[in-house]
Amino acid sequence: MSEQEHIDHIVPPSTYITIIITLLCLTALTVAAAYVDLGIFNIVVALAIATLKATLVVLFFMHAKYSPKRTKLVIMAGIFWLLILLFMTLSDYASRVDYRGIRYPMSQNTHFIASPRA
Amino acid sequence: MHRTGALYGQFETLEQQKETASLGMWIFLVTEVMFFGGIMLAYTINRHTYFHAFAMGSKTLSLGLGGTNTAVLIASSFTMAMGVWSAQTGKKKLLPMFLSLTILLGFIFFGIKYVEYAQKFHHHLVPGRNFDITYCIDNPNKCEDIDAKDLAQERHEIEEAMAADPDLNAHAQLYYSAYFGMTGLHALHMVIGAGLLFWLLAGSLQGRFTPEWNTPVDIVGLYWHFVDIVWIYLFPLLYLIDRHK
Amino acid sequence: MSAVTKTNTGPALQLPEKTYLNSTYGIRSWLLTTDHKRIALLYLISVTFFFFIGGFFAMMIRLHLLTPSGYLLSADTYNRMFTMHGVTMIFFFLIPSIPAILGNFLIPLMIGAKDLAFPKINLLSWYIYIIGGSFTLYSMITGGLDTGWTFYTPLSTVYSNSAVAPAVVGVFITGFSSILTGLNFLVTVHTMRAPGMTWFRLPLFVWAHYATSVVMILGTPVIAITLGLAAMERVFGLGFFNPAMGGDPILFQHLFWFYSHPAVYIMILPAMGVISELIPTFARKKLFGYHFVAAASLAIAVIGFLVWTHHMFLTGQSTYSAVAFSFLTFLVAIPSAIKTFNWTATLFGGSISFDTPMLYAFGFLGLFLVGGLTGLFLGCLGIDMHVHDTYFVVAHFHYIMVGGAVMGYLGGLHFWWPKITGRMYPEWIARIAALVLFVGFNLTFFPQFVLGYLGMPRRYHVYPPEFQVYNVMSTAGASILAIGYLLPMVYLTWAAFYGKVAGNNPWPATGLEWTTQSPPLTENFEVTPVVTWEAYDFHNRPELGLDVPGHTGSPTVAPAHGDD
Repeated sequence: MSEQEHIDHIVPPSTYITIIITLLCLTALTVAAAYVDLGIFNIVVALAIATLKATLVVLFFMHAKYSPKRTKLVIMAGIFWLLILLFMTLSDYASRVDYRGIRYPMSQNTHFIASPRA
Repeated sequence: MHRTGALYGQFETLEQQKETASLGMWIFLVTEVMFFGGIMLAYTINRHTYFHAFAMGSKTLSLGLGGTNTAVLIASSFTMAMGVWSAQTGKKKLLPMFLSLTILLGFIFFGIKYVEYAQKFHHHLVPGRNFDITYCIDNPNKCEDIDAKDLAQERHEIEEAMAADPDLNAHAQLYYSAYFGMTGLHALHMVIGAGLLFWLLAGSLQGRFTPEWNTPVDIVGLYWHFVDIVWIYLFPLLYLIDRHK
Repeated sequence: MSAVTKTNTGPALQLPEKTYLNSTYGIRSWLLTTDHKRIALLYLISVTFFFFIGGFFAMMIRLHLLTPSGYLLSADTYNRMFTMHGVTMIFFFLIPSIPAILGNFLIPLMIGAKDLAFPKINLLSWYIYIIGGSFTLYSMITGGLDTGWTFYTPLSTVYSNSAVAPAVVGVFITGFSSILTGLNFLVTVHTMRAPGMTWFRLPLFVWAHYATSVVMILGTPVIAITLGLAAMERVFGLGFFNPAMGGDPILFQHLFWFYSHPAVYIMILPAMGVISELIPTFARKKLFGYHFVAAASLAIAVIGFLVWTHHMFLTGQSTYSAVAFSFLTFLVAIPSAIKTFNWTATLFGGSISFDTPMLYAFGFLGLFLVGGLTGLFLGCLGIDMHVHDTYFVVAHFHYIMVGGAVMGYLGGLHFWWPKITGRMYPEWIARIAALVLFVGFNLTFFPQFVLGYLGMPRRYHVYPPEFQVYNVMSTAGASILAIGYLLPMVYLTWAAFYGKVAGNNPWPATGLEWTTQSPPLTENFEVTPVVTWEAYDFHNRPELGLDVPGHTGSPTVAPAHGDD
């Protein structure tokens, strides 16, 4: 039978306390960053901080750091597939151009104007 | 298939059973990632197309309530992780305590969510249902929970947004579709999580979870942390759009 | 033709005393079972039921299309017919068929386990299927759905006045059945293999279902959220897909096809897995290029997620996007081609017999080839411009789905019927039925390639009179095809009770499932087997009593160290 050497690594409460404090600080940071005008980078910073928080939860609260390689593969696959969904769809939207040469979206008044024709 | 003690009949060893349950839950969480991913995509496309409407919608949300909810969920993840630790180290008295704390924090989250949702219904900000983003600024007497200074700021913001997007009212419905869709789906998952936690609490009071076998605590923990992660993304995406203006 | 070696040429065999079928009695022992074999039979009954319903709608379509001006149905009713045909066949027949019936039954047997990893979740997945099916049946009874199985918005969410909501809810619910099955299979293959059953000794049927499960896990949640949002839009007025609110129908199409394209791989990969079992058995030869076929299954699963926009070539895509997806579409054909080459290469130098399962395998090879190649034509932008939304597309996917997946399903049912029931089906009627099916199928769908090329659009209830001859051929073929389906329904059911007792391994074949009694015990194996042989190894299995050319009696392979 195939099984892995799986020793239940018990994470000490001190680690959890460090993580929760870090997460709360990062939450405060993301709120503060929202009040600074970074233009296009506001969303980038917000997502980066959120991803950092999520990574900490996955690695430490969910014990992914101490899990077998297979678990890490499953996590990576999930993230990768989400990125396929998001980026390949966005690539279609980003590249659409209608017969007038106008890039999608055409304007804010899209409910009066039909979608771009082929 | 019958059970001998904690071991189910289809397994050879307790180790195999634990490994199986854990892998099963991780794979299930991947399906949840793709499930939320779909609505994230809808959000992304619409936020890009109708940025002004989304920014306006975001500003009508209470940062205080949203921020508090974020802290509440992070704390509940902590108490959940401590619950798993209690089970792993055989601290039979601490486990029910941490599970109860997690449930309590979950209910605080629900309470705050209820307040937020009630506000939206009251202010005519529910898509498809007499939606009107100008309702409060046009009828200040109907929206007494917003004070005059905030109302004046909101009027200014709405006028600015309408200048950029004449169809603001139609497009803001898309923001609120995302808001209710994403937070509603998240809340539904939390309700399921709370149910699972009650089940665990009952089991822990009967002393069922030991250092040799605490798999249900472990895998419900994984689910609960995932629900926390979803909120970690929802908070900036819904509450923090364009706040610096 | 070489002699077929069968082990049951001696005195009449007896059915084993204790089997999974008679271990417990009563309706509750079936409806509350956690035995993967009984659950497979529950699925067999319900999936067959939905197949007949889908077949009924197909019959209505073909009868209506006998005349150019549509004498049988109104335009509205015709729309409902093709929609319900599609929804039923795809979600309630093709997607569950092989995985939920053959996969459920065989995977634990093939890997040497007592059951799947999560037997109760297996039963739950059947109940979820039934509940989802009930919602969709309710939709049919209350007037049906007229949006096409693709549920394009805003027709489905705003303008259609047919029973959209219950159908959408039904499909949504059934998606979870698929997800739970996939989850069960993935975890089972990872953690429940018997000692010595390493990854590269697994039958390719198991690899195929592993790849299918990857697709189920990663794709089905997306259709779930898409249909959920569509239902929200229809019922509560949310606006993502509604242009009147600024929403975008193209977004719906992206989300829909992100699942629905990989869904076609959910439908074909298990059938390919069946073929990978049939061909070595009936050519008495090890499968050519085992590792390539296993890798190709995974490649199809992965690359299959990258091509969905080829369903949207005519929606105003930019040239860059279209070229990229066209290229990826060509890429995904390569692993399928590798498999087809390998199956054919397995036949070369083999000792081929023409039992019914092999007839279905041959049918699969030819028809899947045509279907797959015409898929490449459709992936080619210039051609798709002309044949998109015509009968060319309809013919293409029916060649793959019916000529491929259903042939694989029937071949598998026949091959494993002796294991499932302990009794053999009647060989000559079965061979005739297979031929009838093949002829009927080609007569139904080949004229549709011509029709599409000549320009007849799909989903139209009327057509120009010059197309009538092809439509009549197609309907004639459909009636022959129907007979080809009815015959197995009848004789397989008969054989389950009155067929000749088959014994453990009537073919004989090399899989682990054939080493145990037919029908198997509830716990599958009396003792957990220890595997010491490679897959499809006809040479090193003297206990099978095979008359294999070139058999040298070489020693059995030493057990490999189990790993993940």
